[in-house]
Amino acid sequence: MQAECVYEKIDRKLMTKPFLFFLLVLLASTVVIAIRFAKGLGFVSNMSDGYPWGIWITYDVVVGTAFGCGGYALAILIYILNKREFTPLIRSALLTSALGYSLAGFSVVVDLGRYWNMYGLLLPTRWNLSSVLLEVALCIMAYTLVLWVEFLPTFAERFGIDVKKLEKVTMVAVILGLILPTMHQSSLGSLHLISTVKLSPLWHSSFLPLLFLVSVVLMGYGMTAVESLLSSYSFKRPYETHLLKKLSPYMIYLGFGWLILRFLDLIFFEKMKYLFSDSFLSVMFFLEVFLFLVPSVLFWSDRQNLTPRRIFIYSFLYVLGGTLYRFNVYLVAWSPGDNWVYFPSFMETLITLGIVSLEVLIYLVIVKKFPVLPATQGVK
Amino acid sequence: MKEGKNVETRRDFLKKLFTGAASVAAVTTFPSLSLAKTKYYYPPDYWYGMLYDSTKCIGCKSCVVACKKANNLPPELDEYRIYDEATDLTASTKTIIKVYRSEKGDVSSFVKRQCMHCVDPACVSACPVSAMNKDEKTGIVYWRGDRCIGCRYCMIACPFEVPKFEWGKAFPKIVKCDLCLSSYLPKNGITACADVCPAGAIIFGYRNELLEEAKTRIKRNPDKYLPHVYGEKEGGGTGVLYLTSKAVSFRNLGFPAIPDESPAAYSESIHHGIYRTLAPPFLTVGALYFLLKRNNKE
Amino acid sequence: MSRWLKSGPVGEELSRRDFLKICTIVTATLGLPYTMVGKIEAAVKSKQRPPVIWLHFQECTGCTETLLRVSKPDVGKLILELISLDYHETLMAAAGHQAEEVLTQMVSKNEGKYICVVEGSVPLKEGGIYCKIGGKKAVDILKEVGGRSKAIVAVGNCASFGGVQSVDPNPTGATGVYKIIKDKPVINIPGCPPNAYNILSTLMYVLTFSKIPKLDKYNRPKFAYGRLIHSHCPRRAHFDSGRFAEKFGDEGHRQGWCLYKLGCKGPVTYANCPTTNFNEEDVWPISIGHPCVGCTEPKVGFHIPVMERVQPLEITPPAGYPPIKTKEGKVSAGGIALASGAVGAALGAAAMAASKLPDKEDEES
Repeated sequence: MQAECVYEKIDRKLMTKPFLFFLLVLLASTVVIAIRFAKGLGFVSNMSDGYPWGIWITYDVVVGTAFGCGGYALAILIYILNKREFTPLIRSALLTSALGYSLAGFSVVVDLGRYWNMYGLLLPTRWNLSSVLLEVALCIMAYTLVLWVEFLPTFAERFGIDVKKLEKVTMVAVILGLILPTMHQSSLGSLHLISTVKLSPLWHSSFLPLLFLVSVVLMGYGMTAVESLLSSYSFKRPYETHLLKKLSPYMIYLGFGWLILRFLDLIFFEKMKYLFSDSFLSVMFFLEVFLFLVPSVLFWSDRQNLTPRRIFIYSFLYVLGGTLYRFNVYLVAWSPGDNWVYFPSFMETLITLGIVSLEVLIYLVIVKKFPVLPATQGVK
Repeated sequence: MKEGKNVETRRDFLKKLFTGAASVAAVTTFPSLSLAKTKYYYPPDYWYGMLYDSTKCIGCKSCVVACKKANNLPPELDEYRIYDEATDLTASTKTIIKVYRSEKGDVSSFVKRQCMHCVDPACVSACPVSAMNKDEKTGIVYWRGDRCIGCRYCMIACPFEVPKFEWGKAFPKIVKCDLCLSSYLPKNGITACADVCPAGAIIFGYRNELLEEAKTRIKRNPDKYLPHVYGEKEGGGTGVLYLTSKAVSFRNLGFPAIPDESPAAYSESIHHGIYRTLAPPFLTVGALYFLLKRNNKE
Repeated sequence: MSRWLKSGPVGEELSRRDFLKICTIVTATLGLPYTMVGKIEAAVKSKQRPPVIWLHFQECTGCTETLLRVSKPDVGKLILELISLDYHETLMAAAGHQAEEVLTQMVSKNEGKYICVVEGSVPLKEGGIYCKIGGKKAVDILKEVGGRSKAIVAVGNCASFGGVQSVDPNPTGATGVYKIIKDKPVINIPGCPPNAYNILSTLMYVLTFSKIPKLDKYNRPKFAYGRLIHSHCPRRAHFDSGRFAEKFGDEGHRQGWCLYKLGCKGPVTYANCPTTNFNEEDVWPISIGHPCVGCTEPKVGFHIPVMERVQPLEITPPAGYPPIKTKEGKVSAGGIALASGAVGAALGAAAMAASKLPDKEDEES
């Protein structure tokens, strides 16, 4: 289904200075990961009985998979709304998604205390069907697989295999690729439905799954734009401004939609009174709201003269907003009591940075060795 | 590019988007408004529980020591390594005595903390691999090491901050009170803490009977007790019930204000609203397949 | 009064009053109910006096001395009257070859019937040449006399575990009896010296019930060595409340606070010293302000320096209480630096990228 567009690999040297830098970070974090498995979680991280989930879950899993939702967000446009013109963007988005999800899976393994029992997630006899986390885990595992299957044509093309043969497989993958993220990205919000006592009322809401879902699609478009502009810049390729411009209305709708939902919830469940009850959380709340509001307004007012720089900044703000929203729900506004504190430790952060580096490294390798980015000359 | 084909007006798109969002919104929020899970509000008569009367506790910590002995738990060493200086429930402390002192210093009260053995436990609802269980025969909430994957979602979910994790170990466990189900209870028919208590501050028995007892105590001594049994309804009810004196509120003793609907029921009603029937995913698959077919033909 | 009470080998007669007092103390030491006093009295009176051979090896005779010097009531006298002490190098009149002859005679005459009491450790290095009596090596005497006895009672830390002679590097290879004799029951009554009542009570128990009392893993009678000194220490309240003497003679020491920080071995030493005191004056090391040295333990006394702190075996909560909420969780400077650095770098890179991106429509790079 992607054959209607032509892609090319970037013929450039692999071993650049940034590449070596990321490699170094990765090596350092590999050492820390080894220490984590030898000495236990408490040795490397600042997680505690009060904050059992730290930056690994919040950033690497929740935010990381949200960053990786470009593939999902574009698939909605291309396959459901039938906007075929976005097809050139799909491969690099799929790659980011596949990498984001795979490495989120990897950080879960690092984070799991009793990883040797992990196979239990695949045993239906052990499934607890009440558990939101079970659904998230199964969906993420399945979706990671789906993403790589969707990405298969890229490899097939590289090795000269007829892409047409894969079409049936990718068709199923596309359907699953639409359902699974809808399920688990909303459920990443549902995970904290159970935190009735610990999550601040400004964030705890029955709208959590919906707010997560809407913001993740928005983040998906934002990431697609950011990534497209960045790779155009760094690989000295033409900007895909004409496509990204067409993406902006969807971002505006989603941005305003999210804000409306956010305030509907506060009004409907009579939570406006908490808006100014805690100075720090109030600041975080308004920062979060502004990060959704500002790019929406600017995108709207600049809709006639959108430039690569503006698209980049606004999209980046959306991504930042979605990230902050996730951090707020998982760490900032979630509190086991004001006697508890948490801030990631040096080694804990290093592991996260290592995982990000690994993502960048694999991205660079694949982009330079496989036809992922749209061909500059071959566009029909 | 295929621009020009399949042009959709903005209006059409908005319509679609709105209907989609509205339907998801409906599915996600409706159940929370309409359904309240009351399955376990009145637990069976044979479920165990404990009653802690803070007005009787003398703070001797016999229960803390007895619990450690019965459950073979290591001490939480202080800097000189001579005291078991746990200041909170930890992976090696399943029960602890804490003290509340009012700011003026005129009022104080002890409080014993351990797993509350919720009637509808959040940890059991949260655990993806059924490692947290509520024993149907006794109502005891216990942990299974052969299943636990160490995801710590139970710790996130528990409103009482009970399950604890062995952070310092390469092969850690989740640790929480199991009413001595795996240690003292089978042989002695009572939990270690209740057995040693010299003041009768913590008594073990059937939860429903203890609730009656608690209410009787309040009725007989209306001047002494706060007329409220903590755990009767909090979070859907708990197996361990608490009484406190008139001068000390349950908030002072560190108990959270939890709505009567259990966090588990709240979460499940919304989440299952979407998934329990399995209908929405299947419907979506059908709709998508139809859309894809149509789009592909064009 | 029975015959044997009237005509003891040493000193004056024991009054009926003192005799009953001793029986009561022994019954209490054994942890038996008061009704048992009569039974013990009867057993002591009626049974034939068992023959006892008392061997001395590498020792200071302090154990014998402490036994003989308890005078109110005269415990040593009772023991000596209770038993037929056939051989005791300090107390017997015979000497030299005459004494050794008595030993040989007694062993063959009472083979398998006598109780062998050992005082002092047995050297094993270089074939055991470091202690010889009458030309015979201590280990040979032990094997011969102990091996043909009914049971062995090792008195004092030396006989039990090697004592002061076994201090590193243990030049003579000093060893406790129960490590050498494996085919006979060996009861250890360690201490430096052991409490006289523990020796007496053990003997009386054997006499009264014709069996060996319950022993712990170091062959010590549980009635006397079943509980940590720390668990029953009169200064325990100070320990629980964190009141410690930091130096000899400081305010805490004069106030009678806990001696743990001065090196007290009470938290690792099993003995009944806090309840069964010494010197007839209800005193014992801790009561006079000296830390316990752990003389009843195989690896504490003589092995851990007297002033060195030890890790308590049973750890219990201190006297204070934690408040409802305590500050918990961790924040580290390195983490803040790295995390904010990374976030800053990401935002900075984004700002850089934004500034590099063209602000014109449809510009080709």
